[in-house]
This record gives sequence, structure tokens and C-alpha cells, in this order.
Amino acid sequence: MFIGKYIKDIWAGIRSLLVGMKRTLYYFTHHKEIITQQYPDNRDTLELPERFKGEVVMPHNENNEHRCTGCQACELACPNGTIKVIFKNELNAEGKKKKAIDKLVYHLELCTMCNLCIEACPSDAIKMAQTFEHSVFDRNQLTKVLNKPGSKIMDGVE
Amino acid sequence: MYRETEIIQDNANGGLNAGDGDLIINVGPQHPATHGVLHLVITLNGETIKKVEPHLGYIHRSIEKMCESLSYRQFIYVTSRMDYLSAHINNHACAMCVEKGLQVEIPPRAQAIRVLMDELTRIASHELWWGAMAMDLGAFTPFFHAFRERETINDIMEETCGARLTMNYMVPGGVMHDLHPNFQRRVKEFLGLYKRKIHEYDELVTGNVIFQSRMKNVGVLSAADAVSYGCSGPTARGSGVSCDIRKLYPYEIYDKVEFDEVLETGGDSFARYMVRIREMQQSIRIVEQLIDNIPEGEFQAKTKAVLKLPKGEFYTRVETARGELGVYIVSEGTTTPYRIKFRSPGFSNLSVLDHIARGSKLGDLVAMMGTLDLVIPDIDR
Repeated sequence: MFIGKYIKDIWAGIRSLLVGMKRTLYYFTHHKEIITQQYPDNRDTLELPERFKGEVVMPHNENNEHRCTGCQACELACPNGTIKVIFKNELNAEGKKKKAIDKLVYHLELCTMCNLCIEACPSDAIKMAQTFEHSVFDRNQLTKVLNKPGSKIMDGVE
Repeated sequence: MYRETEIIQDNANGGLNAGDGDLIINVGPQHPATHGVLHLVITLNGETIKKVEPHLGYIHRSIEKMCESLSYRQFIYVTSRMDYLSAHINNHACAMCVEKGLQVEIPPRAQAIRVLMDELTRIASHELWWGAMAMDLGAFTPFFHAFRERETINDIMEETCGARLTMNYMVPGGVMHDLHPNFQRRVKEFLGLYKRKIHEYDELVTGNVIFQSRMKNVGVLSAADAVSYGCSGPTARGSGVSCDIRKLYPYEIYDKVEFDEVLETGGDSFARYMVRIREMQQSIRIVEQLIDNIPEGEFQAKTKAVLKLPKGEFYTRVETARGELGVYIVSEGTTTPYRIKFRSPGFSNLSVLDHIARGSKLGDLVAMMGTLDLVIPDIDR
């Protein structure tokens, strides 16, 4: 009785191990089921979804114009103080002083990609880019100015 | 609570904590089996555990205090960093608490999306637990099998929410974006893949004789102890304590979907293991019911630009992958909370480790820690 149970247990144990090994060998012989991606060799073919949150960027059109009015909504929405808007006074066509953005400073090293600034922006001036390889040798390189030099606000954006 | 120095002092003096011939060893904070920076000071007599003392503080970011200076929209993203494996569910709890204060009605579409995302997160979290648990016990292959399914969920999340781990998808009033057009197709693909592959889990790990003998009758937790230590989630349900918040206090549309609360009565590590394996199948059931029945309509209720909660106290709780998460907000009527307290499941589940580990062998400690499913940033906020 005891010996019968003993042998039965051993058989059940060996069987369970063999079932597991069979599964492992199945993948050893079925290469098509393997889903490993060879990053960074596949970098050229790598496609990220359009909603992927990688980095805040400010799109410019061909005339070097952006849509940012400098309303500071993104600065207020950011939980980490990632965005800082610096103003300058510009003279418009009638010779009046007008407030415009000088620099929109973006600290990538503080950003947590929470998307709250994009949600807060009333004029769709900023969006998330699909970049993700952000590593640099110096931390200062992560502080970016989003508006390009010499850029100005697009006509019709208030 | 003793510090290591005091224990060593006690040991030198022949004190209460460690007797002659006892050995004090540190597991962690950089131990691969602790999944993070958990530091355990273990008093050993030979190979038998006399005492386990968890030491916290290595990943303390003072999230509760940080939240006091953030507005009601901003503080939700921080909670993704608590229990990072169920980030959606954490965000959900916070968003629900703010909505309770604002008395906002959530559109049915947003409710369905939230429940779908919660259940997908739960599956992903249990997948990772399953792979890591098997790896702790020496089986390396299951980890890759678990990640194959988990990556599919992560890809779905990436497409709809824009991130793989810390999504910040739940906002007060609903969800941030509408579902991606591919969402339904890809979830159905995942369900197909999962059903084709689920038998591998049993073949590789559950039925394995070595695995079973390392799990059965290891770390037995009785139902009374589970209640008195405040355990929740699969840890308590493995001891037969009915504590599923989704069933007991249904939120969103959990009262309209059909699923069973998974209960096991063994109380040992194997029972906790089986609860999680079966819970994944229940989550699959919920996703299957909802994926073709997402109501049309708005995905976000209209809320004011600046949220102000009325003066008072608000508490909501949800069932995360690890147990009950409670969010308690004290508001003074301003734009920032006066005080936020999170009741995290991991902390209570960790506190039971000393109780179940006493008297067992050191090698079994890994099995116990694995089945408690500890996520350290959740314990140590």
C-alpha cells in the first residue's frame, strides 16, 4: 500500500516534469512562435503609436511660426515645474507694445510625461513627440527651448 | 521596532531577540528576490526563521506630502508611482475620490473604459507576478512566457493611453482620451492569444512537482490572522476571507458585470498562487463581457478648469491587483488637498510576513514573499 503510493507519487512527479520539458522543447523547435524584438537593430522599422508620450515639442510651420500665445496654462498645469514661459515685449504693426513669448523652456529631466500640459493648452501649440532615446552625457542638454530662434506667433491665433 | 544595531547589541548581551548561536542576516535592500528595495533582517536559528523584520524607507518619496501641494488634477499622476504594476487602478481610486467630492456623474462610456482598463491592468500585474514568482523559485522560462502576454497588454495600453507603465489615463470626470480605434480588435487578439496559451501556465508551473512541494503547506495564514493583520486582496482570499471590494462595495459598473469572487481555503502559498491564477480568468471574463458592449457617448464629463472640492472628508476604495486601496482626502475648500492618506494593500500584506515565516525554513521565505506579491514603492510611499 505504502510502496504503491510511493511509486505513484514518483511517477506523477516525473510526468509533471516531462510535461513542462515538452513545452520548453516545443518552443525550442518552433522558432516562428518567438516574439523577441532585436532592438536596437530594428530601430529603422520601429513604429510607435501616435499617442506615445515621449517628449513635449512645439510644432512650427514652414514660415517658422508657432501657435503659442504665452497663456501659461501649461506652466500652471505641470505638476513638476517642467515648463517655464519667459516673456518679451514686442512692437506690433501699430507700434503698440505686445506681450509675446521669448522662450518656452522645457526641462525634459523633470518631465514625467503625464500629458497634463497638452490637455491644458487652449491653442494646441504643444504636442507629444514619439521619441524615447533621451540619454545624453550632460544633464544640461535636457533643458530645451521649445520655440525655434526667430520664430513668432501664427496669424489668427489668440 | 528595533534597529539592526539594537538587535546586534541585544545579541551581544544575550537579549530577547536573538539567543546563543542565532544568526542575523540581511536580505536586501539590493536582493534580487525582493523585487525592489525591501530590507529584511532575519534572525535565524540554524536554518529556521525565528523572526523577520522588514525595514522600510529606502524608496520613500513622501508621496502623501507631495500631493498636498498639487492640485486635484495634478496629484493623480503621482499615484502611478506607488503601485506601478496597477497604475491604472491607483489613478482610478484617486479620480473616483475627487469625483465623489465634486459630485460629478461619470458618463457610462468612461465607466466601461475604466473597468476594461482596470481588468487589463490586473491581468498584466498578475502575469508579471506569475513570471517573477516562478523565477524566484528557480524556474527561468515562465518569466518569458508571462511577458509574452504582458507585452501584448502593454502594447494595447501604449496605443490608447500613450504609455506602458505609468499611464495617467484616468482624470477627474472620465478618461483622458477616447479609446484608440484599434483597441477592440487588439483586445480580442489578446483574448485569443491568452486562451490559446493559458494551458502552458499549468504545464510549466502549476502542475510541476517541485513547485508544488515548495508551495504547499508553506506560509500558512489562517483566516482569523488574515483579518486581524488587515490583509486584503488575493492574500486574504487565499485564506478564505471574502474581501473583494468589487463584489462587496461595487463601484463603476462592477455590479453589472458577471464574475466570481475567487476564494481558496488552504491559506498556504499554493492557495494564494491559485487565487491569482484563477483571478486572471475572472478578469478575462469581465473583459469579454465588456469589449463588445462599450456604450457610445462622451468619454469625459464636463468639469471646471480649476477643481475645488467642498470642505469635508472623502474616502473611496478600489480593488487593486494586490488588495484594497483606499484614498482619503481631507479638503479645506481650496484647490489643493489639506491631507491625503493612502491605505495601500502592500503594507498590510507585508506586516503578515513575520507571522507566517516564523518557524519555517529560510528557503521557503522566498515562496512566501512571492505569493504575498509585494510591490515595494506601494508599501513605502
